Amino acid sequence: MTEPELSTPFRERAGRALDDRFLQEALTIATTKFIALRREAFAELPEGEALRDQARAIKEATLQRLDHWLERLVEQVEGRGGHVHYATSAEEARRIVLDIARRTGARMAVKSKSMATEEIHLNDALEAAGVTPVETDLGEYIIQLAHERPSHIIAPAIHKTKGQVAELFARELKRETVPDPEVLTRIARVELREKFLQADLGISGANFAVAETGTVVLVTNEGNGRMVTSLPRVHVAVMGVEKVIPSMTDLAVFLAILAKSATGQKLSVYTSLVNGPRRGGEPEGPEEFHLVLLDNGRVRQIAGPLRESLNCLRCGACLNVCPVYRQIGGHAYGYTYPGPIGILLTAMLNGPASVKDLAHASSLCGACAEACPVRIDIPRMLIELRREVGEQGIAPWPERMVFRAFAWLLTRPALYRWSARLGRRLQAPLARGGRIRRVPLVFGEWTRTRDLPAIAPRTFQERWAELEREGRR
Amino acid sequence: MSVTAAFMVTCLGDVFYPEVGERIVRLLRRLGVSVEFPAGQTCCGLPLFNSGYHAEAAAVARRTVEIFSRADGHVVVPSGSCAWMVKHEYPGLMTSAAERTAAEKLAGRTHELSQFLVRVLGRRRFRSAVAGRLTYHDSCHLLRGLHESQSPRTLLREAAGAELVELPGSDECCGFGGSFSVRLPEVSTAILDKKLANVEATGADCVVACDAGCLMQLRGGLSRRNSRVRALHLAEVLEPEDHLPEGSGEPFQGSPSS
Repeated sequence: MTEPELSTPFRERAGRALDDRFLQEALTIATTKFIALRREAFAELPEGEALRDQARAIKEATLQRLDHWLERLVEQVEGRGGHVHYATSAEEARRIVLDIARRTGARMAVKSKSMATEEIHLNDALEAAGVTPVETDLGEYIIQLAHERPSHIIAPAIHKTKGQVAELFARELKRETVPDPEVLTRIARVELREKFLQADLGISGANFAVAETGTVVLVTNEGNGRMVTSLPRVHVAVMGVEKVIPSMTDLAVFLAILAKSATGQKLSVYTSLVNGPRRGGEPEGPEEFHLVLLDNGRVRQIAGPLRESLNCLRCGACLNVCPVYRQIGGHAYGYTYPGPIGILLTAMLNGPASVKDLAHASSLCGACAEACPVRIDIPRMLIELRREVGEQGIAPWPERMVFRAFAWLLTRPALYRWSARLGRRLQAPLARGGRIRRVPLVFGEWTRTRDLPAIAPRTFQERWAELEREGRR
Repeated sequence: MSVTAAFMVTCLGDVFYPEVGERIVRLLRRLGVSVEFPAGQTCCGLPLFNSGYHAEAAAVARRTVEIFSRADGHVVVPSGSCAWMVKHEYPGLMTSAAERTAAEKLAGRTHELSQFLVRVLGRRRFRSAVAGRLTYHDSCHLLRGLHESQSPRTLLREAAGAELVELPGSDECCGFGGSFSVRLPEVSTAILDKKLANVEATGADCVVACDAGCLMQLRGGLSRRNSRVRALHLAEVLEPEDHLPEGSGEPFQGSPSS
């Protein structure tokens, strides 16, 4: 699958995002709101910190025996009449879903929001196979109409203002619209109701899958997830293998922190527990249920440097607090998963070379790690990726030379002091009143928008002898 | 009581902000601390570490451990990020057990300046060297790395002669991030612009920080926009209180009070 965005260098993509007035407005409003709501939600939960530790511990323990818990899950799902498929790659996952669609004669698929299906680019594959995919989450519906990709893990249309959505609906749905979320939601609801009734296939992701009961858990706010999993004849759930958790008791721990981290809600409006196909005597539910377990580079990382990122709940909290994400939004990253965690997931899915620039798209401020409900140390892994990019020779050689030369200088104190003196002489024509307005080469990037301090007339080391005498007096 | 401290000036502190280091040395002496300055200092290696050059960072770290192992007592650092590097990353960079033990020992006696003043010396009453309204920017490494938000605020709040106002979004990054600031200068500047807008909205005369990296970014932006706001290091604000006769204001220069 081609990523059209990627033909432009990352820095340029980010620059365009900074110049997009609508994007800036939308991002500021949404992320500021999310940050405040999350903070309030946790302020009301004194046991929140302990629950986060507990959630983290459950995830770690589950990863240690992932094969065991997946086997349990498969047994339980099959015991309830469901089918389980294992996909090692995105391509394999697409083929599995397409086979199911073909076999069941599906012409239309309604989907509830799922990052796993975004990851495998399922919609394009369905369309190519003659199955019309219809996104039914409002945000996903908006971006599908706009032929775009999600720009946030939980708020896919976060980059759009309500005015833009109103224009989009007017153009694509030929409706009279006003930039009012309630009116726009009502329009989408009427449009989607038809699709739910027509569709033969329902496709969802999974927030969790409980191994001991074979239950797929969906956390949603719009009720579309329930329609997707109960109205069509066939339901297919696609989930990353790391989403399995052992028990319902564990589930309670995650539910207590997930919505709070994501949207600041105590709980999401709907928490749907899906237990396979309809059984005798049940009034609703699909005739067939399929669970697709997606590896796609995950299992390899259990023993890899990105292991911790397998704990991710996909809540999006790290995006909302990231100063870089808040400035450039999700599309500039160029891959399915944006933001700090997205860089790690991109490396996991596409290898370290894919993030040679993205690994540096962070000031390492640590806000992501602090917001993460399961305390994933994202900055540490970003540094690790930078290391890999450097050591594997993926980083450009002049950069590697500069850093090695810098290190060489830092281990030679006499030369280090001499270079400060040299710098002072070189800067003489540029420095005015202790500041430099413009310099050539790499620091020219700094001085386009900021002044640079001039090297002091006397460094601290050059002043020390005097200071030392002063101390003896 | 005799307290000894070795001063780690850091690369930015040495080359760009020597007056901050000078003030720290004098301030500590006024508090009765005997200050040493171990020779041969360069940089803590954080820029190398953060960019993924870990073997190179380890070589720099090894030297720093060795230099400071020769000095007694505490080690005081004017930047939260460098203090964090020494305290949190040095031990993991070492290869032999002996080296690691030495690095851990150094980590244990290393303190960021505000923490040293408040948590080690227990000194919180100072006079402010600047008049007017101050606001405080939390440096990321001090706040989230060393979990310190209170010591600098305590010092600034209690500093006689100045008023501390809270900065909205004080815990948000200033956009410096070392090499980030030149790799993605547009994004770095956009983050800075937001920070400076918040600073200016407080009506403060000075924004205070405890990290030379943040100061370089904040000053660079303020000076380019010709702002009246100044960005200062904590040490440029604190003046020992015993400069003044007890209980008085400015007896030698003030106009007669009415």
